[in-house]
Amino acid sequence: MLETLSYSFIQNAIIAAVLVSIITGIIGSLVVVNKMVFLSGGIAHSAYGGIGLAIFFGLPMLLCTSLFCVFVTIIIALASYKRREHLDILIGLTWALGMSLGIILVDLTPGYQSDLMSYLFGSLLAVTTNDILYMSILLASIIGIVFTFYREILSVSYDTEYATLRGVKTRLFYTIILVLSSLTIVVSIKVVGLILVIALLTIPIYVAGFFSKSLFSMMVSAALLSMFFSTIGLFLSYNFDLSSGPSIIIVSSVFALLAFLIKNLKEYIQ
Amino acid sequence: MAKNIIEVSELNFSYEKQSVLECIDFTIKEKEFVAIIGPNGGGKSTLLKLLLNINTLQKGAITIQGEDYLKQTHNIGYVPQNTDININFPISVLEVVMMGQNSLKKRIFGYKKDEKAQAKKALEQVGMSEFSFKSISELSGGQRQRVFIARALFSNPKILLLDEPTSSIDASGSQQIYKTLKALSKHITVIVVSHDISVIVQYATRAFYINKKLFNHDLKNMKKDFLKNNAHICEIELLEMLGSCRC
Repeated sequence: MLETLSYSFIQNAIIAAVLVSIITGIIGSLVVVNKMVFLSGGIAHSAYGGIGLAIFFGLPMLLCTSLFCVFVTIIIALASYKRREHLDILIGLTWALGMSLGIILVDLTPGYQSDLMSYLFGSLLAVTTNDILYMSILLASIIGIVFTFYREILSVSYDTEYATLRGVKTRLFYTIILVLSSLTIVVSIKVVGLILVIALLTIPIYVAGFFSKSLFSMMVSAALLSMFFSTIGLFLSYNFDLSSGPSIIIVSSVFALLAFLIKNLKEYIQ
Repeated sequence: MAKNIIEVSELNFSYEKQSVLECIDFTIKEKEFVAIIGPNGGGKSTLLKLLLNINTLQKGAITIQGEDYLKQTHNIGYVPQNTDININFPISVLEVVMMGQNSLKKRIFGYKKDEKAQAKKALEQVGMSEFSFKSISELSGGQRQRVFIARALFSNPKILLLDEPTSSIDASGSQQIYKTLKALSKHITVIVVSHDISVIVQYATRAFYINKKLFNHDLKNMKKDFLKNNAHICEIELLEMLGSCRC
């Protein structure tokens, strides 16, 4: 066990898992309470367009995908803020368009792209020092923004109409939540891949929701739970030669199922 | 003699070319309890949104405490219908009440002691102080609505506006809400948009029936009559009566 921990790629994987767990714990809580899960799914899949652009033009992957996702997110935010009835259509459109754009750009790129599967299903054991630096900067920004504007974000998330009346710039904070979600999705792709990223944004939050009485406690509990699930998933992935992303999701799902059964059993007994 | 707190004159409002309110004139005195009733689409909520400046005034004038209403928005507490609220949101009762602050930017993170004390005072006014630290998801519909009234009271407004406060609450919960509002009307002006006509006539001092135009009813003398002679009639018939006679 100790020998395993001495490998630098394992150390990077653990650091990345911890950083992404904190990021998804905070942002996942906002995604869930704002009922933006489907929207996050759309952004996650549209990220493939950014990956395609980076591969085709030979651009830095994280930067290119992040900018592409932020661009898509701002369009969705502008188009959907006042007309929420169009949101489903917009999500469906960006979901499919992003994936299609990515696939076509990869098709047009000469040569064989060996690491495409890692973008779809994650590759935690292939995290680089640059990835960790990017995750750290994002985490610092998220903590800075969310806790500086905690009361505004709480107010907008709980009751948008009332927050508007109290003078909160609801449109600005709605867009900030969406942009932070899209950046979170991009960094999480490295851990679980864009197809499974939704699980990281929802399962730990679902479990944390059983015992959280405030948004802040939900963020902290979800981050801790996510760290726990990721560490076990990573351990199983290394020892049994399994894909890291799906291993983390299966571990998370097992604990979510247990939490659900315990809660319902308690209610049944009472 | 109580002073006028709200004066509305020659108010007209339309959505695109569809006229919703025509020639609305009324005054409301301090510490009055006024019910706004009328059919769906009659303009009740539009009038409320005009008073709150959610809808922009097109024609006419609104003054509050003798001043232009836009300078008096801090004196209005509002309880919306809250149909979109996520009832499982992880938030404490105290946090919800503190959202009633006029300017949220008083502290970066966490809450000041005096804010908490003020929120507890607002909760006391609606009989909910023992629920301060409970999660909002643990409350019944009626209790939750009283928390929203406390949120509206947080900034010590002179006027309390409520939009259908009992629309999703059972009969006993409704009665409790109206009793709370009646008690509050001893100190502030209360204006309620409601469909519970037979209930609200027991508590309000006046009723405005709005169906594009406004009919003003003094309920003091009508109440006994309503309760004794009209107890058997349905709310639609009562609504028609109020709309057809001008008192």
